[in-house]
Amino acid sequence: MNKKNKEYLINRKDNQYEVVIGLEVHAQVLSESKLFSSSSTKFGAEPNTQVSLVDAAFPGMLPVINEFCIKQAIKTGIGLNAKINKRSVFDRKNYFYADLPQGYQISQFKDPIVGEGKVILDMPYGQKEVGIERLHLEQDAGKSIHDLDPQNTFVDLNRSGVALMEIVSKPDLRSPDEVNAYIKKLRSIMRYLGTCDGNMQEGSLRADVNVSVRPKGSKEFGTRCEIKNVNSIKFMQMAIEYEANRQVDLIEEGKTIDQETRLFDTKKNETRSMRSKEDAHDYRYFPDPDLLPLEVSEKFIEKLKNDIPELPDDKKRRFIEEFKLSPYEANILVSDIDTAKFFEEVVAKMGKNKDIKLAVNWITGELFAVLNSKGLEISQSPVSAKNFAILINLIKNGTISGKIAKTVFELMIDGDKDPQKIVDEKGLKQQSDPKALEALIDKIINDNREKAIEYKQGKEKLFGFFVGQAMKISGGKANPQLINEILKKKL
Amino acid sequence: MSDITKQSLTELVENIKNKKLSSTDVTKAFIQRSEKSSELNAYITDDFTSALDKAKKFDQKPNLDLKLPGIPMAVKDLFCTKNVKTTAGSKILNNFVPTYESTVTENIWNEGAILLGKLNCDEFAMGSSNETSHFGNVQNPIDKNLVPGGSSGGSASAVAGQLSPITIGTDTGGSIRQPASFTGIVGLKPTYGSCSRYGIVAFASSLDQAGPMAQNVKDCALLQEVISTYDPKDSTSINFKRNHYSKELTKNIKGKKIGIPKEYRVDGMPKEIEDLWQKGIQYVKDCGAETIDISLPHTSYALPTYYIVAPAEASSNLARYDGVKYGYRAKGENLIDMYEKTRSEGFGAEVQRRIMIGTYVLSSGYYDAYYLKAQKVRKLIKNDFDEAYKKVDAILTPSTPSSAFKIGEKTNDPVSMYLNDIFTVPVNLAGLPGISIPAGHDTKGYPLGLQIIGKAFDEQNILNIAFAMEEKISFKNKITDWWIK
Repeated sequence: MNKKNKEYLINRKDNQYEVVIGLEVHAQVLSESKLFSSSSTKFGAEPNTQVSLVDAAFPGMLPVINEFCIKQAIKTGIGLNAKINKRSVFDRKNYFYADLPQGYQISQFKDPIVGEGKVILDMPYGQKEVGIERLHLEQDAGKSIHDLDPQNTFVDLNRSGVALMEIVSKPDLRSPDEVNAYIKKLRSIMRYLGTCDGNMQEGSLRADVNVSVRPKGSKEFGTRCEIKNVNSIKFMQMAIEYEANRQVDLIEEGKTIDQETRLFDTKKNETRSMRSKEDAHDYRYFPDPDLLPLEVSEKFIEKLKNDIPELPDDKKRRFIEEFKLSPYEANILVSDIDTAKFFEEVVAKMGKNKDIKLAVNWITGELFAVLNSKGLEISQSPVSAKNFAILINLIKNGTISGKIAKTVFELMIDGDKDPQKIVDEKGLKQQSDPKALEALIDKIINDNREKAIEYKQGKEKLFGFFVGQAMKISGGKANPQLINEILKKKL
Repeated sequence: MSDITKQSLTELVENIKNKKLSSTDVTKAFIQRSEKSSELNAYITDDFTSALDKAKKFDQKPNLDLKLPGIPMAVKDLFCTKNVKTTAGSKILNNFVPTYESTVTENIWNEGAILLGKLNCDEFAMGSSNETSHFGNVQNPIDKNLVPGGSSGGSASAVAGQLSPITIGTDTGGSIRQPASFTGIVGLKPTYGSCSRYGIVAFASSLDQAGPMAQNVKDCALLQEVISTYDPKDSTSINFKRNHYSKELTKNIKGKKIGIPKEYRVDGMPKEIEDLWQKGIQYVKDCGAETIDISLPHTSYALPTYYIVAPAEASSNLARYDGVKYGYRAKGENLIDMYEKTRSEGFGAEVQRRIMIGTYVLSSGYYDAYYLKAQKVRKLIKNDFDEAYKKVDAILTPSTPSSAFKIGEKTNDPVSMYLNDIFTVPVNLAGLPGISIPAGHDTKGYPLGLQIIGKAFDEQNILNIAFAMEEKISFKNKITDWWIK
């Protein structure tokens, strides 16, 4: 698909189909303890070491709402420009499974804590608004482990009772690319808010993907299928591609699509039927009588609103205005909160005479490359913002050339060294004394008389050769701008 | 003292405080009588050895400032007790030993009481005759082969039979008041939110409430004072100012307005119940209170409403007994098979019946017609009481529509069994406090009870009315010790 082309369509003979996607994202609330108990939520602990009597549903145990999780959900709602419901109700969703100790999941059904909202996506073809239907709080289940023993299934309840926010979008997404942008945007907003770490490898962010197709131009929705529990953006995109094509093929063959729940097989790259609508669980939702309806005051919400940091959209606007960045550059810097933090710290440390464009290029170029190759997050950057700012200033004020700066940067990585010290110790300071450079160039022209004549006769390509010689002999330290000027004069 | 077990709680506390009796004396006496009373089948699990140890320990360093100093008592087997098996009367929990203590029992031990053992009850508190217990039916000390009522049947039998000076039960639809009435003792169901539900095996969460059972009103007030505390571990526990119920107890109820609801005059109610009620009205008047005819128009809907709400909640509350984590597990071919066998073998017929009803009324397509409608009716029933309490301070009704019946008499007719709760159920639906006091005998000599229903959090008032009436009634329970050989 052409990246600039807004429309993602599936073509068959004469027919074109549009794909309609809605997501139910399950985001783990960033919280020390669980939604209704005080057990730890830390990832990676030994199985069944973070389980309270409440989590394991012992007789007579009762849930008590963790206020912090409520705050986190409301903050997320504010970040999604959504309506915060002052009264919400926790319901029981009843079903039997070995890793569901209570025999029901406490969730919110009719009265969620957060109502309608929206997020803005930056697509290559412009901005796109995606509606949020609702956000509700619920407990996670435990984990069934089927592959440890041929006869038995093991159950790990560490996750049991962990708070999740289910964020339901409207069916506003139209392509795998938009899904990618949407997930990244949600993740970005929640990381800014500190309400979800967005770590997909650890399962902090998963999604159920609802896919349907319809002839291009049609206003009616087709029958949708829900693909359960997909845990990476790449898999979501693959699953959508597969599923949309499967549905189109059915329509083209004159068959009907069954509304059903499907699973994505990541190995075979296909979706498979899990259960049809007829076998759908009857969850027998009803308000949990162990918990009173949750009521929050206007004051409570206002107080949280005051705690909301600058969010990516606002930050982007400010970066464009204040630092004269392009929307593209601003996007890259704001999409991850830690990148934005690093950038702003560099800007602050650069002082008065700063070159912001240069800093941006170095962050998105050299720094990102190093982080990538080392598999590090920017929060773990081996070079501090302070030393990074010094480096940019050294380039800006002509102390070192961009090329030397790359050498200096390499040396800085090992132990976050001060670039000024490296320049001093290694004598990497740029030669900018015009007299010394003139002498150097005179010598080069003298040594290469024939080439100088050829150049004068019109072989302009040879200019590069002379620059190269100057840089080589000076050990890369010659100020390239001055070299250019002097050469032009002398040749 | 040979008649230790005949003493009331108040007398025992006084004698221990005056050092006329030691905790060991008292504990021994109740253990001995309990051991001779196995025919009543009041206990599921006894803890006599450790009770005696605790009594001896208490006597070595007695703290006489406590409210229940060294007083032995058994509790309904619905309260989780640390390191003591807790079955809820069910096979499915026959091997379950909690590592934790319910808040209500914790409160009791903190005031110096000593656990004698766990008392029989209907399975998961579902029953009105104690015949649904996996551990067999309980005998009523009043007469052989007579049910003690339910679900706190073992508790009622233990207090009436003097196996335990006091006890605690739980009341979801009448499970304290009905057995109290059947055995000639006093039983209080407190306001919903008064006693913590933490650590009590749940039946129907929005209705369950623990409460005291005793030989007289004063003992009942003292025990209520001990067990009612605000508990942040129960989100439905309410933080209100609690009285010192026993200290503030008074017989002065002059000028109190007592409502007499006409809807409680149900069809086919035996004449002796009607007569008892009339006697009750006279007693209150004799105490200087005034009676006023009132109407609670939605009363007739209370029982059907209850039998939707309670099973609905129960069907969900009992889902955790699945053989996976604790309790009974049957062998199965796979997970589903294991579930089916575990729950078919682990739960008795009445529990299975209620799970079925509850599952049905919550299922999609029926939810609005049953559960949602029941919730609406429940609100109307509560409104009835709110309306009535604009005119009166309390309401007087019979506790039950009949006296105790024979074992086996109603086991094949669940609806007639359910009708037993007709006067008690509206109180749970409205979340109000209600107390049953013994008020007379029927022609067979079986005890009959009267119920006083109060405003929410107004336990003191109904205890006072009961206290005043108790003196006028001067009820004597006819216990012949028929079961002791």
